[in-house]
Parts: sequence; structure tokens; C-alpha cells
Amino acid sequence: MAKNTLRKTFMEPLGKNNPVFVQILGICSTLAVTNKLQNTLVMTLGVMFTTALSSFTLSLIRNHIPSRIRMMVETMIIATFVIIVDIVLKAFYPEMWKQLGPYVGLIITNCIIMGRVEAFALQNKPMLSLVDGLASGLGYAYVLLAIAFVRELLGTGSLWGYRILGSWWTNWSIMIMPPGGFFVLAILIWIIRETIMKEAKHD
Amino acid sequence: MTESMIPFAIFFASIFTGNILLTNYLGMCSFLSVSKELKTSLGLGAAVIFVMATTTPLNWLVYQYLLLPFGLEYLRFIVFIIVIAAFVQLTEMTIERYSEPLYQSLGIFLPLITVNCAILGVSLFMVIREYTFFTSFLFGLGSGIGWFIAIIAMAGIRQKMKNANVPPALDGPAITLVIAGFMAMAFMGFSGMIALS
Repeated sequence: MAKNTLRKTFMEPLGKNNPVFVQILGICSTLAVTNKLQNTLVMTLGVMFTTALSSFTLSLIRNHIPSRIRMMVETMIIATFVIIVDIVLKAFYPEMWKQLGPYVGLIITNCIIMGRVEAFALQNKPMLSLVDGLASGLGYAYVLLAIAFVRELLGTGSLWGYRILGSWWTNWSIMIMPPGGFFVLAILIWIIRETIMKEAKHD
Repeated sequence: MTESMIPFAIFFASIFTGNILLTNYLGMCSFLSVSKELKTSLGLGAAVIFVMATTTPLNWLVYQYLLLPFGLEYLRFIVFIIVIAAFVQLTEMTIERYSEPLYQSLGIFLPLITVNCAILGVSLFMVIREYTFFTSFLFGLGSGIGWFIAIIAMAGIRQKMKNANVPPALDGPAITLVIAGFMAMAFMGFSGMIALS
């Protein structure tokens, strides 16, 4: 039974309860860096780290927080982990840190993290919250990576900085510019809703 | 560009060429959910202008005189969020106390704004681009106006869209994103005029 809940908690955010497709949450901070696969991977790893550990931490102390100030406590916990991500990036990957600019700090305001902490970690045990946070982060990561894949491939003809398409390829430079992000995300949501959501409705 | 033109350029660029929503995707969550109606969009947009124009210089002061002298730059995320939340709370209470109509039209949107990533984003950009007190005020004001223009335009388009025949799976957020994409393309037309570095 316990194993079943754990499994269900892990699978739901990856499939029919995906935070990006179902709730369209949290795209603000990361969509801006999806013009490069590398940047997106680093950002989504940061989001996963923060989501998982802030859910875990909050769940540990959930019975000791007065409900009036819980938002403040949640923000503090999230911000702490984001600062850790920021400092680690700055120390070990200064080039990447410079490219990401303010977006690392903006993980704090990512609605998914706050949403999972509020909706799940406040009521559940630490381990389960950790799994839920990790799965939400993963569900988020693969969507963003898919967007980055399309944008970098069509926009520059390369992936991870390596040229994939031959010289015959004309770069769609609109893809790596802001409008590209909007279009790719919209089309992705459209496809997912047309396929997965319809199946889910029939169940 | 001459020295005296720089503040004007920052102000103009933050509205059009570097629109915080359409080029940096900040404030998307509330943008997607609130832009269904023109009236609420007006209220939220006005509140965003006000909060951005006030908290950005406020955060500049905090950063320059509190964080930098003590070498606490790494705390800026937490501190900026606290400043924004506290300021918004105070403003809300003040408005509620003194002006009922203003509270009804603007005040009820203020709590929503604390979680708007665009507000924190503007403050973080202000630090990275090393603005002065005056330019950070102009940058905050301009970014707010830019966000306001974007959400008003979107709300207007979405009201007309009610009569359109949109595929069911594309309806809602997806079609809004497509429209936002076209708006972003339109705003790119300004980018030849002034670039924000």
C-alpha cells in the first residue's frame, strides 16, 4: 500500500497531472532560457533541487508553523535553497551563471514550488513530499527540455552547441527570439491536450 | 547617444524593446489567468505599474546602503522579496484605510502582485545592469507601463476572441500564448530604435 502511494505520487506529475500542461504554472522564470539546451538543463536542475528540498524541509516542520505566517516561512525556505543554487553556480560555473543572469533568483517566484509546498507538503510526511517535489520538478523539466530542444534545433540548427543539421539548413532565427518560446509552448500544449488529455477523459 | 539621453532611453526601452513580459516572459502566470477580462486587467496593470515604480528604487536603496557595505549581496533574493511583500502589505492597508473606491479598484489586486515574478525580476535586472537611483525608478516605471500595455492589449483581443471558433484543445492558455507570440513579434519591430543592454 505504502509503495503504491509512493509510486502514484511519483507518476502523477509526470503524466496527467503535469504542472505545466494542466495548470500552466511556473513557466515564467524558465521559458526565457529555453533558447539553449544547456541553459535549460541547468535551470531545470536548479528547479528540481529547490522543489524537492523545500517540500521536504517544510514537511519536516509542518506541525510547528503557525498558519498565519506560513507563506513567509515557505518563501524563506524556498529562497534559502535558491541562494544555495545561485552560490554553487557562481562558484563552479561562472560562465553559465552570467548567462542565466537574474533567472536563477527568479526560481523563488516559480509558482510550481510554492504550489507543491502549499498543496502537498503541508499535509504529507517528509519522504512523500520529497518524492512529490522531485516528480513535479521532473515533470516540469522534461517539458522545458522539449521546448529547448525544438527551439535550439530549429533556431540554430544545432543541439548542445554542436551542429546537427547540415549547411542546407536555414536557421529560423525567430525560434531563438522571444516569440519562438511562446509559439513552441503553445503548440506543445495543443498537442498534449489533443492526445494525452483526451485519453485521460475516456478513462 | 549622449549622456543626458540615457535615462530616457532606459525608460523607452523598458516599455517597448525590452518589454518585461514579451521579451523576458516575466509575470506570465497572472498574465494568462487575469487577461480574460478587460476590467480586471486594468486594475491589475495599474497596481503593477505602481508597485514596480516604487519597489525598484526602494530595493536600490536597500541594496546600495544595506547589502553592499556589509558584503551581503547573496542575501538579495530574500531581502528583495521581503521588501516587496512588506511594502505591498503596507500600501494595501493604507489604501483600505483612506480610500474605499481606490481599494476596490486597485487594492484587491495588491496581494496577487507579491507573487508576480516580474516585480522581483525588475529588481534583479536593476542590480545586474547597475542602474542609478533615478534610472532604476524609470526602469521600474517603464517596465510596469510595458506590462500594463501588454495585458490590456491581450484582454482586448481575448474579449473579441470569444466569438472566434478555436479548436477545443487550443482554447484557453494555448491560444493566449499564440497571441502573445504575435504580440512579441510586433514589439520586436521597436527593437531597431533603442537597444537595452
